[in-house]
Amino acid sequence: MASRPSAVQSMYGARVGKRSRGGRIALWVSVIFLVSPAVLVFLWMLSLSLKTEIDNIAYPPVFIPNPPTLASYVEVFQKNRILLYFWNSVLVTGGAVLIGLMVGVPAGYGIARSKSGKAAAVLILVARMTPALSYLIPLFLLFQLLGMVGTIGALVVTHLVITVPIIVWVMIGYFENVPVELEEAARIDGASVWRSFWHIALPLARPGVVVGGILAFIFSWNNFIFSVVLAGKNTRTLPSAVYNMLTFEQLAWGPLAAAALLVTLPVLLVTVIAQREIVAGLSAGGLKDG
Amino acid sequence: MSVAAPKREVVSSFRQHYWLFVLPGTLVIGGVIVFPWAFTVWMALHEWNVTGDHAFVGLANFVNLFGDQRFIESVWRTFWFTLLATLIPVILGVWAALVFHRSFPFRGLLRTIFVMPMMATPVAIALVWTMMFHPQLGVLNYLLSLVGLPPFSWIYDPATVIPTLVLVEVWHWTPLVMLIVLGGLAGLPTDPYEAALIDGASSWQMFRYITWPLILPYVMIALVIRTIDSLKVFDTIAVISQGGPGTASETLNYFLYLQAFQFYNVGYASAVVLVFFVIIIALSLLLLYARQQTKWME
Repeated sequence: MASRPSAVQSMYGARVGKRSRGGRIALWVSVIFLVSPAVLVFLWMLSLSLKTEIDNIAYPPVFIPNPPTLASYVEVFQKNRILLYFWNSVLVTGGAVLIGLMVGVPAGYGIARSKSGKAAAVLILVARMTPALSYLIPLFLLFQLLGMVGTIGALVVTHLVITVPIIVWVMIGYFENVPVELEEAARIDGASVWRSFWHIALPLARPGVVVGGILAFIFSWNNFIFSVVLAGKNTRTLPSAVYNMLTFEQLAWGPLAAAALLVTLPVLLVTVIAQREIVAGLSAGGLKDG
Repeated sequence: MSVAAPKREVVSSFRQHYWLFVLPGTLVIGGVIVFPWAFTVWMALHEWNVTGDHAFVGLANFVNLFGDQRFIESVWRTFWFTLLATLIPVILGVWAALVFHRSFPFRGLLRTIFVMPMMATPVAIALVWTMMFHPQLGVLNYLLSLVGLPPFSWIYDPATVIPTLVLVEVWHWTPLVMLIVLGGLAGLPTDPYEAALIDGASSWQMFRYITWPLILPYVMIALVIRTIDSLKVFDTIAVISQGGPGTASETLNYFLYLQAFQFYNVGYASAVVLVFFVIIIALSLLLLYARQQTKWME
């Protein structure tokens, strides 16, 4: 089975080698057409953030910052408490991912081993189908009752709605691929369920923990609606802080672009560093047939 | 035999312990997902505002909802948006998967760049699009003028705002479709292609009669996921058009947000949640049924 994909690859490789010049041009035209929208939007964001305000509202537009200036970034840091919002985002996303892993990884194991994957999968699918906003109404009322509106704790709890289903979903797939015979052998030798989970199954499923953690991090970091509704002035996460900038500084394009870039930079860095794991998690582990 | 018996006993006694692993996760899911659901049903039967005053009104919220022109329009608008924001990314995503399945120089790097939009923070990207859509100073109208086209109204005209928002959604989520279909392509058997090559089949015939039927189940998964996510669209609309101009881009989820957190009609909004959920379930079941059919055809 392991040699199959490479056989497909080499066969495609052979076809590429044989392909005519016209076919090769068609391939590259396709690649450029598909990749350029991403490149253009990200480059334009960078360009806006590095230009002076005069160049930003010039017509025709100035494409290459000349000379590039960091003035917009300085302004973002001076006028906003970006570091505080960044720290809030770290706390909320970090907390939600950590708790998500602590409850989600064992849950994925239990579900995979007790063969109740179908029922759990349906529950997780329902969780994915439901708009996040609909959880927010009852949770908002609950937090109001508990006096927790505007706290980091409330945000961490709501972000569990995002992280737990992703992690459980990914972990079920990985634990199902860990052969059960290894654990049975350990148990006959007297290991407890907990020990066979901790010392055998978990180390073998470690790539799943990485993939699940990364995906949960990305989608939790990107979420902004929970923070818009629940956060107070001092507990906003980065995305909702930038959303608030929009209403007050609609015309200052440079700082707005700089702030947008700062918000999304951590996620883009993670994507570049972990692209192999992300591709594996989204194309195979997370979405297997079933 | 004497060895197998204790083994089975050990294993089955362990099976009884698996629920302990699931317990913490179940408690969390119960707290943040099941409780809200139960509470939503309860609230939908009440006239309720955010100060906590409430009275039982039975199905009055639902009756009002189906007489609410603004709600009905938002439902149809959501369907229109979902149709476009599902079909276009699926078509482009399948194409992208076929392209990235080939081997060519810098494939890994180019694939990473292609995947980046789906990871980027939607709020941040929506800000950049908002600036690009600016009628006088936006770069998009400038680019149109370069090829001799008149300025486009983008998000400033009720007739063009939905297609414009679809454009942003396509930019974000085509990579997800690509990754799902790429996963399908990676598992394709090689034998049919070898046989087809020997028989002298054309590239198109190989795609139409071998590749397409084999990746169809993956395309259907992508279709279901895109449908669900398009129905739920929120971030892009909240930042770029705020439901406007007028109510021209007010989709179901944005209508829900306004009712719950701008007008504070909590009971009414809960009724919207339940109707919304029925729509999502119905469409998903329809698509999953269609997927079963495609599987059977194999």
